[in-house]
Amino acid sequence: MTTTTARPAVREEPPGAAPAGAGRRTGRLRRIGLPYLLLLPALVLELLVHLVPMAIGIVMSFKQLTQFHIRDWGAAPWSGLDNYKVSVDFDAPVGEALLHSFFVTVAFTLLSVGLCWLIGTAAAVFMQDAFRGRGLLRTLFLVPYALPVYTAVITWVFMFQRDNGLINHVLHDQLHLTDEPSFWLIGDNSFWALLIVSVWKGWPFAFLIVMAGLQNIPGELYEAAALDGAGMWQQIRRITLPSLRPVNQVLVLVLFLWTFNDFNTPYVMFGKAAPEAADLISVHIYQSSFVTWNFGTGSAMSVLLLLFLLVVTGVHLAVTSRGRRTADA
Amino acid sequence: MGAVTLSLVLAASACGGGSSTGGGSNDSPKTLTYWASNQGASIEIDKKVLQPELDKFEKKTGIKVKLEVVPWSDLLNRILTATTSGQGPDVLNIGNTWSASLQATGALLPWDAANFEKIGGKDRFVDSALGSTGVPGQDPAAVPLYSMAYALYYNKQIFADAGITEPPATWDELVADSKKIQATGKQAIGAEGANVSENIHHVFVFAKQHGADFFTADGKPAFTDDKIVEAVKQYVDLMAKDKVIPAGNAEYAQNQSVSDFAKGRNAMLLWQSAAANLTSQGMSEDAYGIAPVPVQSGTPGTGTQINSMVAGINLAVFKNTDNLDGATEFVKFMTSDEEQKILNTAYSSIPPVRTAQDDPAFNTPANAVLKDTLAKSAAPLPQVPDESQFETAVGTAVKELFADAAAGRPVTTESVRAKLEKAQQQMPAK
Repeated sequence: MTTTTARPAVREEPPGAAPAGAGRRTGRLRRIGLPYLLLLPALVLELLVHLVPMAIGIVMSFKQLTQFHIRDWGAAPWSGLDNYKVSVDFDAPVGEALLHSFFVTVAFTLLSVGLCWLIGTAAAVFMQDAFRGRGLLRTLFLVPYALPVYTAVITWVFMFQRDNGLINHVLHDQLHLTDEPSFWLIGDNSFWALLIVSVWKGWPFAFLIVMAGLQNIPGELYEAAALDGAGMWQQIRRITLPSLRPVNQVLVLVLFLWTFNDFNTPYVMFGKAAPEAADLISVHIYQSSFVTWNFGTGSAMSVLLLLFLLVVTGVHLAVTSRGRRTADA
Repeated sequence: MGAVTLSLVLAASACGGGSSTGGGSNDSPKTLTYWASNQGASIEIDKKVLQPELDKFEKKTGIKVKLEVVPWSDLLNRILTATTSGQGPDVLNIGNTWSASLQATGALLPWDAANFEKIGGKDRFVDSALGSTGVPGQDPAAVPLYSMAYALYYNKQIFADAGITEPPATWDELVADSKKIQATGKQAIGAEGANVSENIHHVFVFAKQHGADFFTADGKPAFTDDKIVEAVKQYVDLMAKDKVIPAGNAEYAQNQSVSDFAKGRNAMLLWQSAAANLTSQGMSEDAYGIAPVPVQSGTPGTGTQINSMVAGINLAVFKNTDNLDGATEFVKFMTSDEEQKILNTAYSSIPPVRTAQDDPAFNTPANAVLKDTLAKSAAPLPQVPDESQFETAVGTAVKELFADAAAGRPVTTESVRAKLEKAQQQMPAK
């Protein structure tokens, strides 16, 4: 509603024509106010969808919110910093488990993001030159990204089953690589199973973004480099990667945040009780709140996670923007 | 714009905060919302079973019941969400082991004498089922709807091939028979090693048979008690030491052991009221026999001769329903003799209502074993508010022990104790 009434007001004023006298002030007010007015609907929704729940979550982390209080959680007793103390007391079981889960998640995220980026970039570079069937291959590569998470992951679960799964059928029955069929969904291998699914699911996104980034690199650069005698590897190192830098900065950050916070993949694979080797922090927090019915502690852990991710994002942005500034100068 | 914002804010504040005042009313006397748990082989089957009965209820009372069958993976979360927001169904199914935990939230209508009077009195229900409706000494949080018990299901053909004439009555016999079965090339007994709840149901029985409880009389966890450690070890040893549960079962969590049994891969299965499930998987009722779950020695009974939990589903009324009278009327209908017979037959469970239990339909040999177990040798899981945390913590510990056993790592008294200790430390501090 505001947008429709406001828009004609803009059109009445030709750019640069300053109205005289009293009209000038209202005109300026309008000009300053308009962007905010236009932003208002988005702001209100952002407030409702993101900020209010986040604020409530932070409030909850200071409450003793167990099954005895969830029905009327406004009246739940305040617990001060108790939930945080429990979460970061790394000598006690709850804190120890959280720290373990944190390290598992960091290792998992680094590996997954690294592999997603590597495979995605490699595929995008190879798909750069036109050849027969390129369109088909590109579409095929995007399938994992387009599949609904649940369907894709549950299929992997079937393949990872020890007795009837495809993976063991190939590794054990056909290639005889192992003496005994291995477990993939319990025990230490579960980490690798989770990593495989995560990379399988995540690399097409990297592929897509890098492919888009490659379109912006002028072809003359490669031609000039080829004339100067640069080989393919040198072209990738000297032209492709530096040109992709801004794309990669965003891509890696987004992949990092998604992977670190990924809930669906581990939850569909392992259910409510993930094996210790694959105890990702998102499921761990879910378990700490929904399964043990202690929403206060769960919220405190979420807030800690939020702080950590804020720090990582902040450092990443600071480092990359400094790089950009020096590059611009 | 302003109006939209205002209504959004109002909606948001209505969702938050919860309705602390909700004590039930009769503002909408013509409709009810009913959340049913998934009892049949699929949600569609449940709808087919339940809808005709709900139509009957509507014809009788004029109250329209909106049915939603909620899968087990979602049910507890849905109930917790409904509890927090105050927006929930009027009547709902709960797993009877959750009774005490949910009772503590205060979201369910307490069944005091006056409320029980409206549905024909507390005496209509058998004692074992009433034992799983909440903390002893408090008004029950729900009334029993379907009762189930564990039994030993065995494949008659495999038993005959192995030369076994009678189902095992003790664990020693079970292990000895299993060796005979394994000699014929079949697998002995299936288990859901990665299913937290199944693990709990079994170690609970083993603990009883060792004369131990997971909670002290005043409700404190006692998971590291020597007898509990022995009990848990005995169950896991069926895979680790005796090797009668196949190692692959350590990762089972989606009832694969039931399909293995239905397909004739396993000779035995410890399961609760499995008949309908086995039929739906294509196993003929003549192909298997049903025997009581083994004990350490002697015959099933009370005390250390317990051989099943009291499994079952309870029917609860959400406290801030806006059709309190209708909800009570619906509970009365669902626990009436006629409905009890129809529903429990459909789900191969046992009616927790005395008068319905006497029906010949529940006296077939198969049902007789279950009924007998419920009446004589079943005990309710601990009715403490922390039950749900206990299931997760200890059930996960057993899952990890199975994973150790499957990977060939030793399962020792020390390793069992360590896992249980960790589980105990995860319990809420008192």
